Amino acid sequence: MTDLLIPLILTVIIILVYPLLSVYIVLVERKVLADFQARLGPMRVGPHGLLQPLADALKLVLKEDLIPKQADRAIFWIAPVIATFTALTAFSVLPFAPRVVVADVNVGLLFISAMGALSALGIILGGWASNSHYPLLGALRSSAQLVSYEVALSLALLAPVMAAESLSMVRIVEAQREQGVWFLFGNYGFMMVPFVIFMIASIAEIGRVPFDLPEAESELVAGFHTEFSGFRWALFMLGESANTFVVACVAVTLFLGGWLRPFANIAWLEIPLGYGVPVLLFAGIGIASIALALRLKSRPQKIGLIGLGALTTAFGLALAVPQVNVLVTPLFWFFLKTGVIIYGMIWLRGTLPRFRYDQLMDIGWKGLIPAGLVAILVNAILAAI
Amino acid sequence: MTETLLDANELVLNMGPQHPSTHGVLRVVLKLDGEKVTGTDCIIGYLHRGVEKIGENRTYAMFAPYVDRMDYLAAVSNGLGYCLAVEKLLNVTAPPRAQTVRVILAELNRIASHLFWLGTHALDIGAMTPLFYTLREREEVLKIFENYCGARITTHAFRIGGLYYEVYDGFEAQVLAFCEMFERRVDEYETMLTENRIWVDRLLGVGILTAADCLELGVTGPMIRASGVAWDLRKAQPYSGYEQYDFDIPTRTNGDTYDRYMVRIAEMRQSVRIIRQAAKNIPEGPQMAKVPKVIKPPVGEVYVSVEAPKGELGYFLVSDGTITPYRVRVRPPSFVNLQALDRMARGALIADVVAIIGTIDIVLGEVDR
Repeated sequence: MTDLLIPLILTVIIILVYPLLSVYIVLVERKVLADFQARLGPMRVGPHGLLQPLADALKLVLKEDLIPKQADRAIFWIAPVIATFTALTAFSVLPFAPRVVVADVNVGLLFISAMGALSALGIILGGWASNSHYPLLGALRSSAQLVSYEVALSLALLAPVMAAESLSMVRIVEAQREQGVWFLFGNYGFMMVPFVIFMIASIAEIGRVPFDLPEAESELVAGFHTEFSGFRWALFMLGESANTFVVACVAVTLFLGGWLRPFANIAWLEIPLGYGVPVLLFAGIGIASIALALRLKSRPQKIGLIGLGALTTAFGLALAVPQVNVLVTPLFWFFLKTGVIIYGMIWLRGTLPRFRYDQLMDIGWKGLIPAGLVAILVNAILAAI
Repeated sequence: MTETLLDANELVLNMGPQHPSTHGVLRVVLKLDGEKVTGTDCIIGYLHRGVEKIGENRTYAMFAPYVDRMDYLAAVSNGLGYCLAVEKLLNVTAPPRAQTVRVILAELNRIASHLFWLGTHALDIGAMTPLFYTLREREEVLKIFENYCGARITTHAFRIGGLYYEVYDGFEAQVLAFCEMFERRVDEYETMLTENRIWVDRLLGVGILTAADCLELGVTGPMIRASGVAWDLRKAQPYSGYEQYDFDIPTRTNGDTYDRYMVRIAEMRQSVRIIRQAAKNIPEGPQMAKVPKVIKPPVGEVYVSVEAPKGELGYFLVSDGTITPYRVRVRPPSFVNLQALDRMARGALIADVVAIIGTIDIVLGEVDR
């Protein structure tokens, strides 16, 4: 019974909670970017713009449902659905913590790879169905990008698979615990090469800066989703942010030890790393935000932020209880690492200009694929000795 | 040219007038082969307001605020050119104090215009952060304008014959403080872009314009200097006392988009140099020359050009001895420089077209007038 229950609950949580999480990732992205760019970001809706994502979502849902006259209605309808569906489906094999996984299939990695490739189908169909020039160019760019980078991506995935001797996501994490090292540092540190290839190729595959050619704003207006608005556009955005999240999760699972804390097989570090870090982090953030909120002038904002701070502190203190700790700490480490990777992606977005189409192809075919092949060879030899 | 079957593969893409990176209401019809551009067709006129015709129906003084609205990013330079032209018609010269203040404000405006160009150009290439940094510094320039004459963009800072506003207390200090801060900020932009691999890849060798092309098309300003011709009206035919200042004309040799970027960056540093020299010794004395209340220049015609941030900005005025000009003709740098678009964009990719439009540094208010 519990075998069925946990996956079921998880599925419901993912479907219901992920959209909320996703809009808040967007808020975090906007805030972090604003910080890079010497401005404040959203500040009007709620204290420090905390309710901005909800307002945005509401606006998008309430918008008129517009389908251009010339568009292919059926495909136009299904394209955003495909984009979102594939991205969310990939969640099903991600192990967030021991046993917190919808389905531990033995070809999990293959499944994620397939879903990642399929999500480009939504983009291509969306661009095609719009029956308009800019979306069409965006769709063409997207398909070319996908084909070029899928190969390099798969090559990079092979290294941790060889080390773990399994395609199952759970098994890959377990293997990292057994071998006592995150795969990022495996094979005398040489695994960093496939990690870098993986990050570059997957950022290209999900079309984020500096590889955001399918929706290059300054060139193609809005690329493939130029003609989409309202809820359909929201679905594309949801799919995109879900893809970002999945990529970060996969990177964490394959290379950064998934839910494992650092030095997972050194027992005496359990107290400082298993208890100390999460408790201090949450309680510290809570207390700090209460202290900062006390200086606010606006009364509702003050109360709201103090309330949030108190909740965070309470959560942090609750982590000191061993029963809670066992359940939550793996999730904590998993999402912390995921957060670091997502922050890195936002950082890239704030820093880099966009590649040109031909340069993108050059990097994919002349740079990443040969590097990926060599990395496999070297990793295979290193793993054998 | 005879039509072949292959022509059927051409995709005609309408870029603009509403497009994020045509800098206003420029419309470019691109002929594409895949992503490759085989031809461009510039369609302008969406912002045409008949500024030249308005000039013929206003008195000389009344027309002055209108010229600010042509290149609204460099209103001070526009006003300076117009005032110099009318002063030449009247055969008066602005007193030294007025000339110095004019130079300071015009150079500050050059910095502001280049900053806006840098931010939007970077945005076109896909880097969103520099825009916010450049706008932050531009804000400081605008604050100086606001303190001086109350307006930030369309300043109408000068009057025919000199200055209307007295320089406010602390003007020199604020200008020098800006120079101090700004030089470090230019270094900051350069750290972000100049050696950024993607930035270099995107700009190097894109939109090459040889010196011969520039001369043929009448291209001026930073664009011709990036092609290796050291042509700067501030040196070639000094006006408003530019001959007293010590500054260099930055040039580069390749004439590509990267060189134009480097030239403009270097120009901002040179502007700081000029401002420093000027702000440290603003001469005392009157700030207006003797100009009659009703400006009625003698019959004649005059062409005066200044080095605006975007190139040679010329005013051709014909006077018939009445209170309104008989003919006003403006030679806007943006309009002339825009002619080079087709030559630069042929054979490039769509992404390059965006970079090329950005590197020309057009302001549609000036192109269409």
